[in-house]
This record gives sequence, C-alpha cells and structure tokens, in this order.
Amino acid sequence: MADVQTLNMVAAGVDPASDRLSGPRGARPRRTLSRRNIFIYGTLILVAVYYLIPLYVMIVTSLKGMPEIRLGNIFAPPVEITFEPWVKAWATACTGLNCDGLSRGFWNSVQITVPSVIFSIGVASINGYALANWRFKGADTFFTILIVGAFIPYQVMIYPIVILLREIGLYGTLWGLVIVHSIFGMPILTLLFRNYFSSVPEELFKAARVDGAGFWRIYFVIMLPMALPIFVVAIIIQITGIWNDFLFGVIYTKPDTYPMTVQLNNIVNSVQGVKEYNVNMAATILTGLVPLIVYFVSGKLFVRGIAAGAVKG
Amino acid sequence: MSTSETIARRPSQLFRNLSAKIASLPMILTALVVFLGSTAWTIVYSFTNSKLLPRLKFVGLDQYERLWAQSRWLTSIENLLVYGVLSLVFSFIIGFILAALLDQKIRFEGVFRTIFLYPFALSFVVTGLTWQWILNPDFGVQRIVRAIGWTSFTFNPLYDQRIVIYGILIAGLWQGTGLIMCLMLAGLRGIDEDIWKAARVDGIPTWKTYVFIVIPMMRPVFITTLVIVASGIVRLYDLVVAQTSGGPGGASEVPAKYVYDYMFLAQNLGQGFAASTMMLLSVAIIVVPWAYLEFGGKKRG
Repeated sequence: MADVQTLNMVAAGVDPASDRLSGPRGARPRRTLSRRNIFIYGTLILVAVYYLIPLYVMIVTSLKGMPEIRLGNIFAPPVEITFEPWVKAWATACTGLNCDGLSRGFWNSVQITVPSVIFSIGVASINGYALANWRFKGADTFFTILIVGAFIPYQVMIYPIVILLREIGLYGTLWGLVIVHSIFGMPILTLLFRNYFSSVPEELFKAARVDGAGFWRIYFVIMLPMALPIFVVAIIIQITGIWNDFLFGVIYTKPDTYPMTVQLNNIVNSVQGVKEYNVNMAATILTGLVPLIVYFVSGKLFVRGIAAGAVKG
Repeated sequence: MSTSETIARRPSQLFRNLSAKIASLPMILTALVVFLGSTAWTIVYSFTNSKLLPRLKFVGLDQYERLWAQSRWLTSIENLLVYGVLSLVFSFIIGFILAALLDQKIRFEGVFRTIFLYPFALSFVVTGLTWQWILNPDFGVQRIVRAIGWTSFTFNPLYDQRIVIYGILIAGLWQGTGLIMCLMLAGLRGIDEDIWKAARVDGIPTWKTYVFIVIPMMRPVFITTLVIVASGIVRLYDLVVAQTSGGPGGASEVPAKYVYDYMFLAQNLGQGFAASTMMLLSVAIIVVPWAYLEFGGKKRG
C-alpha cells in the first residue's frame, strides 16, 4: 500500500514532505496528469531537448564520414560510425603550417592551466586570509580597487600588460600567460576566500595567536586544512575559466604555445582546404570535454562556484 | 621616515603586520599597477596619435572624432546594443521562467538544472563553432526544413548581413541563460515560504503572486544579475570571432573586436586605446550607479 502511495506521488511530481506542509492533510484525489503538471513538465522537457540538440548534433556529426554528411541530415544518427574524424582532429588536423592536430593545443592548455590554477589560487587564498584576519591600513582600499577592477573591460588593460610582460621578458611565453590568468582571477578568488575566512570563528585565530603562531603558521596549519571545500570551488572556477579563455591566449602567446581554444578556432575557421565538418565537430567536442567533465563531476560545487563567482561575469 | 626613537617606543606603523603586507604584495601590485595603472595609461594614451608604438604626442580628441566617424565602429556599437538589449530581455525572461518552473517542487530538478546549465561550462569558441554548424545553410536547419517540404524556407542568419547579429544572439542565449536561471533560482529559494502561504490564503493566482509580490521582492537579485551580465556583454568577443569572424562583410563586428584588430593587427594603437576607453565608459555607465546605490548609501547612512 505504502509503495503504491509513494509511486503515485512520484508520478505526480510531488515531494511527500513538502506536500504535507503546503496542502490540506488527509487523502485527496491525485491527478497524475493534471494540467499544471503537463504544462510544467512539457515546457521543461521541450527546453531541455532544445538545450541538448547542439551537443547531440556535435556528437552525431563527428561520427559520420564526409559523404554521409553531404547527403544526409545533421540530426540523423550516423549510418556508419567512424572514429576517423576524432583521430584526425587529435593528431593530424592542420593549422597554418603545423599538421599535428589539436594534441599540441591540448598539451599547451594543460601546461597553461595547471600552473595558472595553482598560482592564482595560492596567491588569492593568502590575499583573502590577510584581508579577513590581518587587516592592515589601506587593505580595504586595495580590495575595493580589485573588485571594481573585475568590471573593467579587459580591453582597457591588455596593451599596458603587453608592455609590462615584455619588460620582464615573459611576453609570448607560457609563464607570461600564467601571470595574466592569476591577475584576472584575483578579484573573484580573493572575494571567495576573504568571505570564507571571515566566517571562521575569530576565537580560533586568537587562540593560535596567543600560542605564538605567526602569519604563515596559522595559514598553513589552521586555515588551509579548514578551507579545503572552498579550494575545490576555486579550482573548479579556475579550470573552466582558464581552459575556456580565448582572448588572453591569442594576445599573450605565440602560435607554438597557443592554447586549445585558439588552435581550435584556427583549425575550424581556416580558409584553406576543403571543410571537413566531421573533423571540426570532433575537435570542438575535444576542446569542450575538459570543462564538461569538470562540470558533470563537480555537480553542486560548480553551481556554488557560479553563485560565488558571479562577479567574474 | 621613522626615527630610531619611535621604533624603540612602538613598532613603526609600516612594520605592523609585516608578513601580511608582504603576502599581500601581489594583490597590492595588481590593484595599483594593473587595474589602476594600466587603465589610466590606456586612457592617457587614447589622447595621443600612437600608431605602431605608443608615443606621448597629444592630439586632443582626434582619435575619438576619427572613431565615431568610422562606419565600422558605428556598426559595432549598433550590434552591441541590439545584442545586449535582446540578450538581456530574453535571457532574463527565459531564465526566470525556467527558475520558476524548477521551483515548483518538481521531480528530477537536478537533471533539468544540469541540462540547462551545461552550455555555460563550454567556452564561447565551442559555442560559436557549434552554432555555426547548426545554422550552416547548406547542411543545418535551413536544409532540414526545406527537405521536409517547405522549399522556400530561408533561415540563413550567418550569411545575411541584416540578421547576422540574431544568429549570434541565438548562440549567446543558449550559452548564457543557464547562469541567469541559476541566480534566479537562488533568489527564489531565498523568498520566505510564508509569503506563498499568505498569497494562497488570500486566493491570489500564482502568476499574480510572481508578478506583484515575488519579483518586486527579488529586486536586489535582479539588479546584481543585471550588472554582472551587462558588464559581461560589453566584452563580447570570442563568440563573434568563432561564429562569424565579424562577417559577412563586417556586419557582425563588435567593439571588443575593433579594439583587438586596431591594437594588434592594424597597428593603430591610438584607435584601439580610444575604442577601449569607450568600452570602459559604457561599463562605467552601468556599474557606477549600481555601486553608488549598493554601497554609497550605506556608508552615509
């Protein structure tokens, strides 16, 4: 009996607990297919299908041969599945004179993303910690500038940064780009860590001070281990943000060190040669794969990162 | 300069929290040198006639006059306005409706939310290339509709100068609406359950409760989301580069692309600086009133 009841409620899309709170108690007729439910689920499913179509089209196209693409319909599933476009996109697709595929861009992006994530989060977590626990005169002013800076269009700052990087000999190198990512990740990450460390009970900090622990000791022994969840959120924000970056990659690296997004754009939008749409779509999926995996694995934490990181815009 | 006498009595103000200050150096440098310094530098050099290299030879407002006389710049501004207004209107309406539907205590909320938000995890380059393919007139939507019988059907935004910006809008909405849905959902969840009960007791229809009670209560959420999304729209660049490269015939140019092209391709730095300063100005128009309302009032009060 109970099972039937639960099933009915599941079918009606009603959460048992909340239903008890919001409606009159006792049995009442349940209409599984009430007009309200048809409207809600119908709309949501339609929109969900619309949102999934591009992903579906990308996958389907990447598994077809070119003759099939020319004859068929982009929504049709492949008649004959081939993985050749994937291999070609990864290993032999051409950009300009180089014909070693997206793999080079992938490894460049890895080499850019890993140090950028570590460096930017390291710096920002210490900033946030200093702002929350070791307020010095003027700290708030710098923080305000930082947050306002998050809204300044990058275009206003890119050229002076080119000059600065050239002065220190890092223009066009991976490390130059790592610095740029750390700079532009700083506002949101500092905000994230400052808010988190501000919520840590002050007694904890004071007790450590009384015991004679200094700035770094408190950071590494007390604050860092406690802040692990927020570090995960920061890592998610940074991996997706840096992997997806195009503008900084195009400006601050050279063709040999282009990140994956830039190389992808060059492969797909190159004017020479016959367009191989299946290879293009395989390359597009490959580039989107890293952030997609991060997104699907991280689930709720990604959403939390967005809520916290909405400032990034 | 602190004399030895003052140090003996009390540590100088400068050396208090020394570790914290040293640790904050990256932040201080970023704030002062990059955010303040670079912005000021660009603004100053936008009044010079720098070409290949930045030179401090001031020419007053010449660069701005030239900028606003360029038809390419006017097209860019017009595109940004059309894209910006429409994308704000549609993404807010769709995002809010989706959030409201998800807030009806439905089953599979997590699944739906995951589906609506996944495009946001993808880069603009991936988004642009995907929609370039779907909107391809020879293979995509247009061909499909013609194949099922409607042979005169024409939907060819990426190769039609008049409607190309709407092709970009379609891709932009697909990528960005999930974010708004997410922020709106957070806002809806912040509304007290009692409000809904009271509205139900008074017999107010659901849609009326939303329009006249819930939405006005969510004003701060709307404003914050608006500022964030609008200042992001001004930067619109990757999507256009990937989807149309500014074409056909420069019909989908945007200000950020103008800046990049003049700074790094046309070797006309002065124009790039002037255009980027205009971008800064447009963001300031959005952000300053908001910051004033949000933070200015509290300080005085």
